[in-house]
Amino acid sequence: MKLSINGKETAITENSDRTIDSLLEELDVSQRLYVTVELNGEILDRPAYETTPVNEGDVIEFLYFMGGGR
Amino acid sequence: MLTESQIERYSRHIILKEVGGKGQQKLFDGRVLIIGAGGLGAPIALYLAAAGVGTIGIADADDVDLSNLQRQVIHFTPDIGKPKVESAREKMEAINPDVKVITYKEWISAANINRIIADYDFIIDGTDNFAAKFLINDACVLAGKPYSHGGILQFDGQTITVKPHESACYRCIFPEPPPKDAIPTCSQAGVIGVLPGVIGTIQATEAIKYLLGKGDLLTDRLLTYSALRMKFREVPLKRKSNCPVCGDNPSITEARDELDALTVCDLKGA
Repeated sequence: MKLSINGKETAITENSDRTIDSLLEELDVSQRLYVTVELNGEILDRPAYETTPVNEGDVIEFLYFMGGGR
Repeated sequence: MLTESQIERYSRHIILKEVGGKGQQKLFDGRVLIIGAGGLGAPIALYLAAAGVGTIGIADADDVDLSNLQRQVIHFTPDIGKPKVESAREKMEAINPDVKVITYKEWISAANINRIIADYDFIIDGTDNFAAKFLINDACVLAGKPYSHGGILQFDGQTITVKPHESACYRCIFPEPPPKDAIPTCSQAGVIGVLPGVIGTIQATEAIKYLLGKGDLLTDRLLTYSALRMKFREVPLKRKSNCPVCGDNPSITEARDELDALTVCDLKGA
């Protein structure tokens, strides 16, 4: 299955049970508990991560907290 | 009216058709507030002063520390121990005596932010902690003040401009701050010294464009920068109807301190 993740085409194994939440775990995404996920242009509500399936061709953006500045 | 020497000082601006004498006057009439006189605030303050933004506020309660000098280019070695806002003011006035610098030697909080932002046309977030970043977002959205968010960590940076109730705000992306200490700060995780220069000058550019009323602001898109990969990316965003502060039924209706995110891990070195 091919996805676009943060602008990069990424191939992952087929898995019909895969959700956004399990994808975060599978890819060991940093800030996994706090990262914001945008799926095909829509920012997902965090509770939806567990129920939102991942489909072929999805465009996914992980948006990370950056708290520095001084 | 610009004087003879001002026309010369700003000549490279004035010959730009997007600026001209009229635009330079707009900059001169403009009021920009910089919150944080550190890594991001340093290049922002220097460039806005050089550009002739007429009134620049700068807020920070901290004093200059040796560990700041690797990136906070507005502070010099002899400034160690001096209030950052004073150190910044001296350099800004030395670059451009036309500019009026207003200093606020205080940490922003729910108790003072509305008073501080009230007098400004555009606000720039150059702070180093989530409590301040969320507070600035909320106060600016509620007061209808356009502002620029900036964040940096290690080799990565991000920035977005927010036009309240017109474009996505910080809480549209991140509804709540992360728990305290969940995300490392620059003092814990490090920051490459040139990084705030890149992000800060973009934020200063946004302030100038806003005052001029020219070009397209960095709204509804988060610009991310990776210094290691030397890549800029733009993530298109939309306002969220359930945003806690700019959504249809906001739960946040006044500026409040995010107590869970309030403590900066290491203010001195931050």
